[in-house]
Amino acid sequence: MNSFTFARATEPAAAVRELAAHDGAQLVAGGTNLLDLMKENVARPPRLVDINRLPLAQIEERPDGGLRLGALATNADTAYHPAVQARYPLLARTILAGASPQLRNMATNGGNLLQRTRCYYFYDVGTPCNKREPGSGCPAIAGLNRMHAILGTSEQCIATYPGDMAVALAALEAVVQVQGPDGERSIPLGEFHRLPGDTPQFDNNLRPDELITAIDLPRRGFAKHHSYVKVRDRSSYAFALVSVAAGLEMEGGKITTARLALGGVAHKPWRDPEAEALLVGQAAGADAFRAAADHLLRDARGYRFNAFKIELARRAVVRALREASTA
Amino acid sequence: MTATQYVGKPVSRVDGRAKVTGAAKYAGEFNVPRLTYGVIVSSTVAKGRITRIDATAALALEGVIEVLTHENTPRLAWLDRSYQDQIAPNGSPFRPLHDDKVVYSGQPVALVVAENFELARYAASLVRVEYAPEPHQTNFDDAMAEAYEPPTGRAGYTPPPKPRGEADQAFADAKYQVSAQYATPTEHHNPMENYATTVAYGEEGKLTVYDKTQGAQNVQAYLASVFSMSSDDVRVISPFVGGGFGSGLRPVYNVFLAVLAARQLKRSVRVSLTRQQMFTFSHRSETRQEVRLGAARDGQLEAIIHEAFADTSTFEDFAEGIVNWSGLLHQCDNVRLEYRIAPMDVYTPADMRAPGATQGTFALECAVDELAHRLGMDPLEFRLKNYAERDQNLDKPFSSKELRECYRQGAERFGWSQRNLEPRSMRRGNRLIGWGMSTGAWEAMQDKAGAKATLHVDGRLIVGSATADIGTGTYTIMTQIAAETLGIPLERVEFQLGDSTLPFSPVEGGSWTAASVGTAVKEVCEALREKLFKLAGKIHDSPLGDATLEDVVFENGEVRLHRDSARGIALTEILRRSDMATLDEEVTAKPKMLEQSGYSRHSHQVTFVEVEVEEDIGMVRVTRVVDAVAGGRILNPKTARSQILGGVVWGISMALHEETLSDHAFGRFMNHNLAEYHIPVNKDIPEIDVIFVHEDDTIVNPLGAKGLGEIGLVGTAAAVANAVFHATGKRVRHLPVTLDKLL
Repeated sequence: MNSFTFARATEPAAAVRELAAHDGAQLVAGGTNLLDLMKENVARPPRLVDINRLPLAQIEERPDGGLRLGALATNADTAYHPAVQARYPLLARTILAGASPQLRNMATNGGNLLQRTRCYYFYDVGTPCNKREPGSGCPAIAGLNRMHAILGTSEQCIATYPGDMAVALAALEAVVQVQGPDGERSIPLGEFHRLPGDTPQFDNNLRPDELITAIDLPRRGFAKHHSYVKVRDRSSYAFALVSVAAGLEMEGGKITTARLALGGVAHKPWRDPEAEALLVGQAAGADAFRAAADHLLRDARGYRFNAFKIELARRAVVRALREASTA
Repeated sequence: MTATQYVGKPVSRVDGRAKVTGAAKYAGEFNVPRLTYGVIVSSTVAKGRITRIDATAALALEGVIEVLTHENTPRLAWLDRSYQDQIAPNGSPFRPLHDDKVVYSGQPVALVVAENFELARYAASLVRVEYAPEPHQTNFDDAMAEAYEPPTGRAGYTPPPKPRGEADQAFADAKYQVSAQYATPTEHHNPMENYATTVAYGEEGKLTVYDKTQGAQNVQAYLASVFSMSSDDVRVISPFVGGGFGSGLRPVYNVFLAVLAARQLKRSVRVSLTRQQMFTFSHRSETRQEVRLGAARDGQLEAIIHEAFADTSTFEDFAEGIVNWSGLLHQCDNVRLEYRIAPMDVYTPADMRAPGATQGTFALECAVDELAHRLGMDPLEFRLKNYAERDQNLDKPFSSKELRECYRQGAERFGWSQRNLEPRSMRRGNRLIGWGMSTGAWEAMQDKAGAKATLHVDGRLIVGSATADIGTGTYTIMTQIAAETLGIPLERVEFQLGDSTLPFSPVEGGSWTAASVGTAVKEVCEALREKLFKLAGKIHDSPLGDATLEDVVFENGEVRLHRDSARGIALTEILRRSDMATLDEEVTAKPKMLEQSGYSRHSHQVTFVEVEVEEDIGMVRVTRVVDAVAGGRILNPKTARSQILGGVVWGISMALHEETLSDHAFGRFMNHNLAEYHIPVNKDIPEIDVIFVHEDDTIVNPLGAKGLGEIGLVGTAAAVANAVFHATGKRVRHLPVTLDKLL
């Protein structure tokens, strides 16, 4: 761990000013990921700005019938919030599939979006990693890549976004509200995270001087037909090998709207509107589910230890759709 | 023992309160004035030479005291012999900061010492080490080409028995055959408490070393030898150990570095390892095994051939008994067992809970299951058919063996008779159900051990031995044995351990502590009893009259006549009337070698396991376990059960989760943290039903206890893998059974 200075912001504008004024400064809320990374010397911020006192912890109704999740609301408070449980059970279930109770009590919604990859090489400063040290190489491509991406990879990086919550948020088409020096802007969840390309050091499209203030959920919550299937190596406290968030709207046994997002397979929660469109108008059934799954995975590419994820993801999609449609 | 006031009772841990309230101090928690902190820099290459160490930036920080490297460490003991601890394998022990050679990835290459921990850690991140790497070998499949038979002579290692009968011919002739290859991965012990040492630098350079270890005297002797110190000048104290599992049998490099720094700086020093560094000093050996079994149509086992390869380091010949069990567990007249080790550029493996047995038994007991399946025979029936009445390896009778009773009670509790033989025949909703079983054995060893006991005039009895309590319950059962033997209330007895100045004890391992130290405690209390009785006889108007020791009973702090319980005297009264503040006794208890040598002494076990497998995505969950154990006399059913529970959890962990992954391009373990190195979480572990069958044994040791630390683990992984086969029809022979292998 490096030596760093510490500041505390009590209003959002001050936090943004801190970021603008100090190169490399990082915000800290729950600290569940950042402190780990600092202890392993992966993150070496010269300055930490504590944002826990910003007034961003509330969960409130939006005029359009949606719900606003404060960036500093904890994962636990969000998952157990009555409105989330009633109207967005997919999100509640997804959050509770992640981490452990202790971590969810500390982790905030904003911080969770910024969770960094669990790639072994990224986490070990004794090895090269393009995400940690651009240009140093990606040993995962020819190395231990069982946990790694099968979609949207690049020659520079095959890391995954490891979190659960964002996968449900992608299916729910949430919108991330951010504040920067020039004011506020909205980033659709699907555009928040990015693919690694030639710049894998950037996990997302948040600018270095921007603060996440809230995550907005649209009105449609798929409360009736939804599922989150998380396939992992143990029952809890494990990152997804593959996860699927599915939300359906159905009428008379037919699917009218479908949303599907995959976790654990790419540098971002993976969605494909074409695959979703294949489901619309179809009767719920194994063939339709399989066709959507095949389409969703059509560009998947396996590496030495993770090729199994392609078929696993297809099966997980089928399972999620089956569960969602029969719920 | 005649009375059973304490022994055999489910006494709660005597140190439990201290542990849960935080009063129990661990090695890294002892505070001394002006303590300095050392942080270790670990190598990033697996093999090569250090060409340059630049510590300028670290040393420039105010408060950084020194950066120790091979370039500035003093000359220490020269001979390998000086570095060989009590249980070192053959070879040349690793010497931290000795020279510029790197022999494994993660090797300590520098120690940064500073006035506080945070500073030391920051400074350590600024030390630049440059290497001239050399080609390394960490891929066991390739390393196996260099395999050799380990030299014999290592304490605790028994080479495979000589072949018996004509195994190859019998296998070739057998009507039913199984020939299969099994593999087990590298695993790391990962006790919750990281290794740590606090060295208190005393007057004239005398050292008090608070160290996490399974053998305080082993560490003490090592330090005295390596640093050429007088035995009186270094004392090792280790009252509590947050899990060891074998990783602390040998001195770990943090204790070397802490002592090195303390002597260099003439300051007190603490050095603790990070979780990553917990993967840099010992591991369970990786194995590749081939098992060939042959049987007749009626299920008679006609041939066992078991060949195993395991890894070792380039500098020591680590050896453990992997194949020997295959000649012991089942009756078979044609057996050939072979074992070889192959060097890799890793640290030397170490004993890890049920060392050797758990890898070897996994292969054998899976092969037995495969053979029973081929025969269309129930695997329990197959094992009963081939029940070994004698130890054929040693050609000796067992001192006791109630395995048949384990089979009977375990099967009944589990409901084994309801099992459908066919794989994939049992379902619960869309989950496949599988039932599997396995047998295991472990040696019931007794080693020489000492103990002392002091009765105080205020009624307290202090008993001590330099053993350890690695979470097994040593404090508790020794307290019980002492209280029982002298008839003193449990609350008045204090047992001391983990101090090199106490009477001799072997390292705590091998499941031999209850037997070895327990016998010493019993004998020292018996000797004290005799002394007390003699003293009582000298008292004027002794209420015991001319009674002999056989005529009296020690109970409730008194000695009384059997015949007339009104006639007695308090033990404290004996001391008072004799004008004594304390009464001491010390013994060394030795196993009765001659009597024991006529017998094979083992504990036995059977595990029954139910798994559920989600067919589409391959996720496996263990839903039921029954473990029946024949472990001799159970000294404390509560701590005994905990030992078996821990063993079973390890077995499930080994079967489904644990694997240290090495990137061979770097020769480096990569999943070196507890997020990526998986062990089960609570949700992965079902109710575990532990049965102790009654087993009398007067041969193993005077207590009749066989030790329970390892036996719960031995067969469990095979039982889980066999259950997975029964559920899915898929035979996974390469642990762990992860879901990708079942898709």
